[in-house]
Amino acid sequence: MSGLEDLYREIILDHYKNPRNHGTLPTPPAVMEQGYNPLCGDEVRVYLLIEDEELKDIRIEGQGCSISRSSASLMTTAVKGKPLSEVRRAVKTFKKMMALEEDSDLYGEEIIPFEPINERTVGELIALQGVVKFPVRIKCATLPWNTLVQALESAVQS
Amino acid sequence: MANELVVELPDNDKVLDAQTVKQDFPIFKEVGQDPFVYLDSAASAQRPSKVLEAMDSYYHTTHANVHRGVYRVAEQATNLYEEARSHLGRFLGAPKPELEIVFTKNATEAFNLFAHGYGRKILGPNDVVLLTKMEHHANIVPWMILREQIGFEIRFIDIDAEGQLVLDNIEQQLKGVKILGVTMASNVLGTLNPIKQLTEYAHQEGAIVIADGAQYSPHLPTNLQVLGVDAYCITGHKMLGPTGIGALWARTSILEEMYPFLGGGEMIRNVTTEGFTTNDIPHKFEAGTPPIAEAVGLSAALTYLEEIGLENIRAHELSLTSYAMEQLHERLGSEIKIFGPENPSARSGVISFELKDVHPHDVSQILDQEGVCVRAGHHCAKPLMTSLNVPATARASFYLYNTESDVDSLVSALVKTVEFFR
Ligand SMILES: Cc1ncc(COP(=O)(O)O)c(C=O)c1O
Repeated sequence: MSGLEDLYREIILDHYKNPRNHGTLPTPPAVMEQGYNPLCGDEVRVYLLIEDEELKDIRIEGQGCSISRSSASLMTTAVKGKPLSEVRRAVKTFKKMMALEEDSDLYGEEIIPFEPINERTVGELIALQGVVKFPVRIKCATLPWNTLVQALESAVQS
Repeated sequence: MANELVVELPDNDKVLDAQTVKQDFPIFKEVGQDPFVYLDSAASAQRPSKVLEAMDSYYHTTHANVHRGVYRVAEQATNLYEEARSHLGRFLGAPKPELEIVFTKNATEAFNLFAHGYGRKILGPNDVVLLTKMEHHANIVPWMILREQIGFEIRFIDIDAEGQLVLDNIEQQLKGVKILGVTMASNVLGTLNPIKQLTEYAHQEGAIVIADGAQYSPHLPTNLQVLGVDAYCITGHKMLGPTGIGALWARTSILEEMYPFLGGGEMIRNVTTEGFTTNDIPHKFEAGTPPIAEAVGLSAALTYLEEIGLENIRAHELSLTSYAMEQLHERLGSEIKIFGPENPSARSGVISFELKDVHPHDVSQILDQEGVCVRAGHHCAKPLMTSLNVPATARASFYLYNTESDVDSLVSALVKTVEFFR
């Protein structure tokens, strides 16, 4: 089935069938946010346990297609145990990979220079790069990441 | 409750030849994708050249605004528009075709018009609107918006495991109901509902019935007088017509009673600085310049459907649906779950399904690679998805131009999908 290998890489199918960090965390101390894609009915719940500006633990549950679920699973492995600044940076890098964000920040926020996107800088997440060629699926891939951002925000507020 | 909406089907040799029909639809030659296996007509159908030509010719030779100019072209345009109205009325078997059809943008607008025009007129805080769990959002959300303003109760008729309405205690369920809103054919399950009988029960309880014909009238012969319903909605783009036109039919007495909904030109008789008086029905509900070319196109679509014959279309879709269900079960076995009635004659040409461990989104992605277009999602029927306990389904839907070979492409692509995700 030519053309599809870019979308459904081995790693993606593996994370889809064997999702990492699947499940829930007790709230509190963890925070939980729910994300929802009205287009396809996919939903995801992201649990974060944050201590001393560090993401100690992350769990995800919900229902979704292979792209949203593998993106969620890959995301957890990319951000778990990282300082929050690095987590935020990972989100930005991911969004850039999805062609959703530019290097320069037009809105006057602190400008974080992006590293070039390759296997060395983003690790296994590179597997999701093929999604860009399937515009309707970008929303699937970004759903868990947007929910992560929401959860980070509500953790800061609480 | 037995469904009496049985259509007399023609002999086998009179049934249409889909391969020939397909030639009438330019998109199958010009889409630039080969193969192009279009199995999403429940979302929107394709158009035959005759529809495109009618609209083109209208713009080339006749266009002017309607109901305004006294010059010849304006009069011709008005005639075409009004002829399209009565044509649709006759197509649906309306008692007064020229008076009772209100053109709207689509079925959704027709439901909004009815809810805000008639619902707002007759509903009070202690009233009940009864819907079904298989309604499209178009027949749910307008009622919810109105409920926020008035405060009545909305109840839902349940569905059983086969996707049929649970009607055992229908008299009980109808107690105190002022308006019953129910779909003729589910856009997800294909279920054909026993509207005639339901309407009889509803009328005994003094309720008014609005039926959703969006998925029915394109595929089966409609006779509003036999159905007995009080109001009915259709949408042009699902019945070979253009986008941008739909219609509400309602009894004269109801239209007379209804509040106007959209205000502006055309719907008024007089406007002063003090206020306005409304135009006669149906114009009272058609504010502003209407979709004139679209009405012309819709009328051409109806002519096309009439020439082929709705009985033939139904017979063709029934045989295709039976074949598809048989093939899907045979070649996919326990890998597939088909929602809705097992018996093809109890459903329209719509098949929603789920593949084991493969999300509908992934199904439609892989099918797309094979040139097969199906819909994946909640199909604007979230309450139904909840009662089926799925986030989404994949749906294949058939129309007069689909062939057994289209079904074969679908089934083979699904077999590949299962292998891909194994
Ligand atoms: C049963 C049913 N009702 C109403 C509608 C709404 O049609 P439209 O989107 O053209 O307003 C649809 C279309 O999806 C439908 O399937």
